[in-house]
Amino acid sequence: MMQFMLLFSRQGKLRLQKWYVAHPDKLKKKITRELITTILARKPKMCSFLEWRDLKIVYKRYASLYFCCAIEQEDNELLTLEVIHRYVELLDKYFGSVCELDIIFNFEKAYFILDELLLGGEIQETSKKTILKAIAAQDLLQEDEAVEGALRDIGLLRKHRKVSLTTMALDNHNRLT
Amino acid sequence: MNASEHGFNPAFNMATIKQAVNEAIERVRMPTPMRLRDLIRQIRAARTAAEERSVVNKECAYIRSTFREEDSVWRCRNIAKLLYIHMLGYPAHFGQLECLKLIASSRFTDKRIGYLGAMLLLDERQDVHLLITNCLKNDLNSTTQFVVGLALCTLGAIASPEMARDLAGEVERLMKSPNAYIRKKAALCAFRIIKRVPELMEIFLPATRSLLSEKNHGVLITGVTLITEMCENSPDTLNHFKKIVPNLVRILKNLILAGYSPDHDVSGVSDPFLQVKILKLLRVLGRNDADASEAMNDILAQVATNTETSKNVGNTILYETVLSIMDIKSEGGLRVLAVNILGRFLLNNDKNIRYVALNTLLRTVHVDTSAVQRHRSTILECLKDPDISIRRRAMELSFALVNSQNIRTMMKELITFLEKADPEFKAHCSSSIVMAAERFAPNKRWHLDTLLKVLVGAGNYVRDDVISSTIQLISESTNQQSYMTLQLYKALSEDLMDKQPLIQVAVWAIGEYGDQLLQASIDDDSGITPPTEEQVIELYQKLLWSPQNTTVTKQYALMSLTKLSTRFTVTTNKIQQIVSSFCSSLHIELQQRGVEFSQFFGKYSHLRPSLLERMPPMEVVRQTGETHTNGDIENDSKTPEESPQHVNSDSNALLDLLVDFGGTAPAPPQPAPTTTSNKVDLLDLFNEMDNIDTPALQTLPPTDTNLGLIVENNNGSLPIVINQNSNFIGGDLLSNTKTGVNEKDVPTITAYDKDGLKMCFSLEKVPDSNTLTINMVATNLTLSAMTDFLFQAAVPKTFQLQMMSPSGTVMGPNGQITQVLRVTNPNRSTLKMRIRLSYTVDGNPVQIQTEVNNFPTEIWD
Repeated sequence: MMQFMLLFSRQGKLRLQKWYVAHPDKLKKKITRELITTILARKPKMCSFLEWRDLKIVYKRYASLYFCCAIEQEDNELLTLEVIHRYVELLDKYFGSVCELDIIFNFEKAYFILDELLLGGEIQETSKKTILKAIAAQDLLQEDEAVEGALRDIGLLRKHRKVSLTTMALDNHNRLT
Repeated sequence: MNASEHGFNPAFNMATIKQAVNEAIERVRMPTPMRLRDLIRQIRAARTAAEERSVVNKECAYIRSTFREEDSVWRCRNIAKLLYIHMLGYPAHFGQLECLKLIASSRFTDKRIGYLGAMLLLDERQDVHLLITNCLKNDLNSTTQFVVGLALCTLGAIASPEMARDLAGEVERLMKSPNAYIRKKAALCAFRIIKRVPELMEIFLPATRSLLSEKNHGVLITGVTLITEMCENSPDTLNHFKKIVPNLVRILKNLILAGYSPDHDVSGVSDPFLQVKILKLLRVLGRNDADASEAMNDILAQVATNTETSKNVGNTILYETVLSIMDIKSEGGLRVLAVNILGRFLLNNDKNIRYVALNTLLRTVHVDTSAVQRHRSTILECLKDPDISIRRRAMELSFALVNSQNIRTMMKELITFLEKADPEFKAHCSSSIVMAAERFAPNKRWHLDTLLKVLVGAGNYVRDDVISSTIQLISESTNQQSYMTLQLYKALSEDLMDKQPLIQVAVWAIGEYGDQLLQASIDDDSGITPPTEEQVIELYQKLLWSPQNTTVTKQYALMSLTKLSTRFTVTTNKIQQIVSSFCSSLHIELQQRGVEFSQFFGKYSHLRPSLLERMPPMEVVRQTGETHTNGDIENDSKTPEESPQHVNSDSNALLDLLVDFGGTAPAPPQPAPTTTSNKVDLLDLFNEMDNIDTPALQTLPPTDTNLGLIVENNNGSLPIVINQNSNFIGGDLLSNTKTGVNEKDVPTITAYDKDGLKMCFSLEKVPDSNTLTINMVATNLTLSAMTDFLFQAAVPKTFQLQMMSPSGTVMGPNGQITQVLRVTNPNRSTLKMRIRLSYTVDGNPVQIQTEVNNFPTEIWD
């Protein structure tokens, strides 16, 4: 089972963290800091695996981002590389040639995609198409709500909230982004 | 904004305009919150950490205020911002309850962000997370599949035992849902629930079996994962699932034979994720079961031969297949096939594959040594790999492959490796070579040559045990002494930078066998001639004056030189001159030796020959099993580390020596009964430590034990122990050499060093535990005796401290007291220790209290 996944930049800035085990915040920070320094110090020629405490660390760099996973002793480290690659492919498809900035500004989307690929630290879906369809459908749900909200705002639907002239054009999904 | 529910007519009238104006005023007072995008931009624009902090603090203050005002319109956006801030490392716990409110909202957008926040901000350590159980229960019953999906995903990530118990029934129901999207998520949730609360497994069993009859790969892979967990959980379930082996074999076969399916294809391999999971489950089912293994032999062979190996994904499957073949009761031919796959991996261009191969070979080497032996040359090649992780694995594997047949060739490679190895390898590698040589050496001459090469190759990285075992071996092999002394002399005359251990061994040998050195027969192949007395003395002069040599080395050299005065004939005067020149050495240890040894040349010169006689051969009880080849079952349990037997015999030899030499055995330390410390003072000790109210503290009165003698004498690596009572040659040489000769790589810290009292801790982590053993050695460096010595220690209350009884309470000049402490650190926090020392010197009581903060933190890793 994967214990956690971290995404961080070459500058050592954390971009995404997904924990499948319960640790206190302080320990999470310590582990993150420790791994980021260790991995950034490794030379590009070195292999992608580290033995760290009783875990195996598998990491791979894609452009300016490092993807780093901690797996247990009996897990297959080569498969973990494939999981990372699959995740990168999904991000790439979703954002259209993904870059670090996409993940910074849409970090919640990056989490949503990861949650369709892995659940509780194990792979839940192996088809890229199915994952992207599920994400698209959920995004659509959000947009429908936004449109509905906007219609309600301008009074075409029975509204639930009090609105003013100035917020008429405001569309609901702005609330998030 | 407070929502008051009024109808709104798009037609403008005075009332609405008025209302709009009012709203606008309100808005100015309470502006629209900053958008997430803008916050991220602002934070990224911050040029200094302080600037970033101020942006974040301002925004956090604002978000807090909106939370207080129960602003539900912007809650979603504010939580999203908070999650970004949390990722930067700022505290965000105040958003926990707000996440719950979002989850309870009916809007999907709110739920999506709410659950994301819950997964990031809550875990089972937070009490708030129990409140989420109800929301989850509601959403698990939702009619929207994506809402159910969010709830399942969250449950899978943060399920605590209580939550698992409360929601197991819901999850079981969803495992039977007609919707594959929900079924697969429910299966993994069940997997997490069983991981947390194994006894909940029963309720999932009926629903699990049918997961395997699916076509959908998502459901299949999650089902296989769930079954694997169940099988590892209980032997009964394992037996229950034995009957699915044919199903699994069929699924795997279909995967291999199926044509191209764009949905599940990864560079030409059909769903490697599913294949690997099935192979893993087969391994679990086939372990120790001949019938089940028989049923999967064919498919494993098929996977092993048919998988495309040009890409990482093919190798991923092969790797898993090899693990399965090695673990089940597979056919011999299949095992050879598996080891050959690993052999091919070793030649792969991809360093990850090479690393995996070495790792796996290391795990399987004990199962099938001869098959691994066939790839020896490839493994030795990996010693030259540019990747340090691979070199480390290759080194470990090489040592596992050494046996009496291949020792000569293997050692040749390993010594070459040692010479070029990175410093971090040298200590481990040299000790391993010594161990291997001890077990498999074809003859004494070869063994000695190997040790010499280690001393030359590893230089200062040689561990102290190598010095003593080399000296012991030379002393034992009487017919090789002249040869070895000559070789060592030759090595000495070459480059000596950073080779203190070599010098120490060499001067010891020359001191003992100096007479033989001069008459050494010229070896036909070595082509070196024995030196003259003058040449030897000249070399000693160089050694003794060189600033690069440590004091310990010089002590060895001075002792050895004094011995040479009885072995050499014409240079005695020169030797006397050199020795007496140390009477004024600035270093007290050397000066003392200079003065003492000078006495041998004056008034007591008639005693000199008998005092400096050659030492009797030091015999060691060899460990049995030298004839075993590496990898034999009997040796499996034996790691190629130092055997305790050896240690014992070493100290026995030292004890024998003591008796032989001194005539009388030195008296064991005289412990005096100590009065127990007074309670009030101890409390002071506690109170002064930060954030501690009741730390663990123990003091034990010292007990009289003969073990103390062994411990003390074992400290010296030099076998020239002489009656301690006469304090003339040996004593301080012993106490000055590093403590813990027989322990490897033990970090030592100086806890206290003042007013002639020095206290060192050598730290030794008990493997696979949180316990640290601290060997305390206190040394009296003053000229007066210290009596009533009492050592007390206190640690923060998160630690547990156990103190053994000290070796004594009295330290004469240069005397020592040792005491063992055990510290357990369940939290792996940084160790701090407050210590108190009390003793009486020259009738004056002394009390010292100090804190030891320089424990290395990496010791707990």
